[in-house]
Amino acid sequence: MTVPLVNITDLSLRIHGTPILRDVDLAIAPGQVTGLVGESGSGKSMTALALMGLLPKGSQTTGAADLDGTNLLTLAERAWLNIRGNDIAMIFQEPMTALNPVHPIGAQIAETLRLHGAPRAEAACIARDRLDRVGLEGVALDRYPHQLSGGQRQRVCIAMAIARRPRLLIADEPTTALDVTTQAQILDLLHDLVRDDGMALLLITHDLGVVAQMADHVAVMQTGAIVEAGPTEALFRAHRHPYTRDLLHASQPPPRPARKVADTPVLQARDVTRRYGAATAVDRVSFALHRGESLGLVGESGCGKSTLTRALLGLEPVQGGQITLMGRPGGTAMTPTDRARISVVFQDPYGSFNPRWPVAKLITEPFHLTGRPDDARSRAEAALTKVGLAPSDMDKYPHEFSGGQRQRIAIARALITRPDVLVLDEAVSALDVRVRAQVLDLLADLQTRLGLSYLFISHDLTVIRAVCDRALVMQAGQIVEQGPIHQIFDAPQTPYTQTLIAAAPTIPAPWLRKEETTP
Amino acid sequence: MKGALLIGSVLTTLFVAAALVSLIWLPHDIARVDIGARLMPASLAHPLGTDHFGRDLLSMLMAGARTSIAVALVAVGIGLFAGVPLGLWAAANRGTWLDEVIMRGNDVIFAFPSLVIAILITAVFGPSALNAILAIGIFNIPVFARVARGGALPLWTLDYVMAARVAGKGKVLISAQHILPNITNLLIVQATIQFSLGILAEAALSYVGLGAQPPTASWGRMLSDAQTMIYTEPHLTVLPGLAIVLMVLGLNLLGDGLRDQLDPRLRRVRL
Amino acid sequence: MMRVLLNRGLSLALSLAVASVVIFLMLQAVPGDPAAFMLGLNAQPDTVAALRAELGLEGSLVTRYVAWIGGMVTGDFGTSYTYRVPVADLVADRIGVSGPLAAYALLLTIVIAIPVGVLAAARRGGPADWGVMGATQLGIAVPNFWFAMLLVFLFAVKLRWVSAGGFPGWSDPVAALKALTLPAIALALPQASILARVLRGALIDTLDQDYIRTARAKGLSRRATVLRHGLRNAAIPVLTILGLQFSFLLAGAIIIENVFFLPGLGRLIFQGITQRDLIVVQSVTMLLVFAVICVTFLVELAYTLADPRLRRR
Repeated sequence: MTVPLVNITDLSLRIHGTPILRDVDLAIAPGQVTGLVGESGSGKSMTALALMGLLPKGSQTTGAADLDGTNLLTLAERAWLNIRGNDIAMIFQEPMTALNPVHPIGAQIAETLRLHGAPRAEAACIARDRLDRVGLEGVALDRYPHQLSGGQRQRVCIAMAIARRPRLLIADEPTTALDVTTQAQILDLLHDLVRDDGMALLLITHDLGVVAQMADHVAVMQTGAIVEAGPTEALFRAHRHPYTRDLLHASQPPPRPARKVADTPVLQARDVTRRYGAATAVDRVSFALHRGESLGLVGESGCGKSTLTRALLGLEPVQGGQITLMGRPGGTAMTPTDRARISVVFQDPYGSFNPRWPVAKLITEPFHLTGRPDDARSRAEAALTKVGLAPSDMDKYPHEFSGGQRQRIAIARALITRPDVLVLDEAVSALDVRVRAQVLDLLADLQTRLGLSYLFISHDLTVIRAVCDRALVMQAGQIVEQGPIHQIFDAPQTPYTQTLIAAAPTIPAPWLRKEETTP
Repeated sequence: MKGALLIGSVLTTLFVAAALVSLIWLPHDIARVDIGARLMPASLAHPLGTDHFGRDLLSMLMAGARTSIAVALVAVGIGLFAGVPLGLWAAANRGTWLDEVIMRGNDVIFAFPSLVIAILITAVFGPSALNAILAIGIFNIPVFARVARGGALPLWTLDYVMAARVAGKGKVLISAQHILPNITNLLIVQATIQFSLGILAEAALSYVGLGAQPPTASWGRMLSDAQTMIYTEPHLTVLPGLAIVLMVLGLNLLGDGLRDQLDPRLRRVRL
Repeated sequence: MMRVLLNRGLSLALSLAVASVVIFLMLQAVPGDPAAFMLGLNAQPDTVAALRAELGLEGSLVTRYVAWIGGMVTGDFGTSYTYRVPVADLVADRIGVSGPLAAYALLLTIVIAIPVGVLAAARRGGPADWGVMGATQLGIAVPNFWFAMLLVFLFAVKLRWVSAGGFPGWSDPVAALKALTLPAIALALPQASILARVLRGALIDTLDQDYIRTARAKGLSRRATVLRHGLRNAAIPVLTILGLQFSFLLAGAIIIENVFFLPGLGRLIFQGITQRDLIVVQSVTMLLVFAVICVTFLVELAYTLADPRLRRR
């Protein structure tokens, strides 16, 4: 390994006395990508903020972070002003909120340059150059952030960060909020910057696929400490540390083996069309979901999958076509009894529940459709048991549960009316990979036991591949491709599906096989 | 800020207690004019002295608290009962003409300062405490409608509202079961603010003669009575004013304290 | 931008129309005959009839409303019954006191509130913040007319720096401004307290935003971040409050004029009420509401300028 640009040794951090980081050692080499992976709350972002001198109030650090012989951790604020944006720059997760909405983007890029002494005209000139560099040749300097897409905004953030050609760029989950094809473009751009300009990149992410594809070196973080570090491929192949091993397995669940499902359709859509004024959100969509089947619905944000979901659940009218549920009219035409046959689990484990209701009340809410049965409470207890929670959890409130447990409660609520169809709307997207694997196992188990049909909506191809028998690919309101899961992934027919599959960052299959030599 | 909540509760309780006591007992009869006892200094019989009609100042202040609190409370009630349903209704029908009509109506009411409403009502029906209540209460309606709508809109995008819709619940049921309970904190805090503004507005209206009429005691009218004697008897001006300040201060501190206690956003640990 | 202007202009016109109808109808609701109501119980029938004609009470509700609005638009506000002069002349006289007073108070409010609010937000949680929060808490609780009385007591009675009230007219601008200073301070103090607190809150919210962190990551100092990225984003809630405050200042001015015996619109309106001069009341309230609606319109335009996201909608 070359001489590191920044060398972190024994970094520990407490915030208001609570230990956040413990003895972190990390060397960041110039001209290379250093990956820092871990689940939420593992301390990755705090490590980055320590390197920027932007730790929150009440932080106490010990140890050292060495740049050119100075310990960054002991720098005075005045000295930091010359380092931030100049030697070390950073981009953040949320491109939608990272830019100041009231200033034009050109001014925001030029501000970094003006700050470090460039005259106005020169700053504008360099700002133009940096925008071109990040692939925004056609975008004028006087645009405002709200006029750009998420991917474009993240490019502006990168342009702003590289304005002064910093030696270290820290990217904290830079693509987590973006669609998979946009993610691929942004990752390519970051990769080019490292290769062409010799910049060091500290890439912070929860996504092992991204790290496998991007990083030369990787450090794995768990609860504030680095459990393992080394060259990416060697570390992934070695499977040495149990935590790394768990993460690897959980993030790349094996594809679902092909199986035979009955040919009885339970949910059908024929030429379903939903228009908002002149815009068509869902355009002549047709598909059938069969009994006991898992059907994936894949597409990027704005493709119309949410609108389609709402139409299928009978929450929005359609302007054309028809929906059939169990052979009866579906969509808004459903009677309350029909509605009880289809239920839904949402993405956000925090927004899914009225915070003022106890679990017992939450999971029995769908009885509004059928009338409350006499054995409501025992059915609620049974539902909780089915999803792996205890009947004693009935009287607790949502905030007493973790994210994974909340998704289990959401599943219990969805099962309470004994439906035939379960719509899983990004149901595991907000979960950490290990929790995600557990919830997916639960769903597979429930499907075999209860004969449920799943409509699995996700932007995450890995998940779709792991749980679905068939998949629909949606683009601009239309289903552009549908077929068995192995065909979609191994032999995609349309260019869009091909792009989508190619863009998804994956861990190369050989890396996942345990090597013989390791103990 | 535990201190704000404590001081606020103590001050508010004090004035509310004084007002309640005044309903059944006052140290002296404030309706009786006794020119012989006019402008007496503080004594055991009159702890705060008497005014230019010989009425006991302490009794006047207690009865004034009753008027202020009654006017402000009913005015807040009008705002809550008319404004909150309107705001919830507008939020449930966001973006439709209903929402537009409700919010435009609010804007029109906002364009009338409450004093102007009071002036209009008084010009037509003559001055009285009831008209003061109406004037302040009408102005409270758009305030609560806005707060309720503003609090409800983000809730309507949450998944639990979606889940309730999937469970077949309509707008009214969802507003009652899921929206209203989750904006009560906002409403409580706003109610204390409007309560204190109501006290101030009542005092101002009474001061200019548009509020409570004699013999009803009112802090605002005590001030207008005292104005001509400010050269000779400044304490007649100071005492009712102090009562207003302390009552309003107490309510505001209570509101701030409650917000800190109730608002989970502020309790969230900021990293 | 043009569409925004048009949209706002339309809602301005709508608000004005609704407000005028409300005012008109309310004064129609006066129990009994307005002319008899104005003249009192002992009026002669022929006097009442004359007044009815003068008031334009003959004809349908609609024609009377149209006549009133038509008059207002062309500057004919009718004739005051008690003063026997056109209401427009009375108003023109009085607005020269109330208008400058409200403007003076607004200026003081802004000049006091902005530095104080910024200071408190920048030193959040520090002693300066505590001081500001405490002082403004008190400032909000003080009724402006009582504060005015205390000011009179202190500066006019005890110190004898200014006279206790009255207005010398604009022929001597210095004396006129001097006469308006205490009233303006009394009006501005509670409003400045509110505005400072709103500004502090808005700034603190803004300083928690992601783009503030971005600005700091660029190497901007804390101070420069507050001034360049915080203030303008905090401007929108502040402008909204400022618009509302104008309406409070105008209403407050009506009351404060009573403390200082200033011959403004407020005095005019109260005289109108006591003398049952409904034409004066109707026209002056309409004028006040007109001013408030126009200011709200200007505020909306101002934050369309402050926030580029609103320009294309």
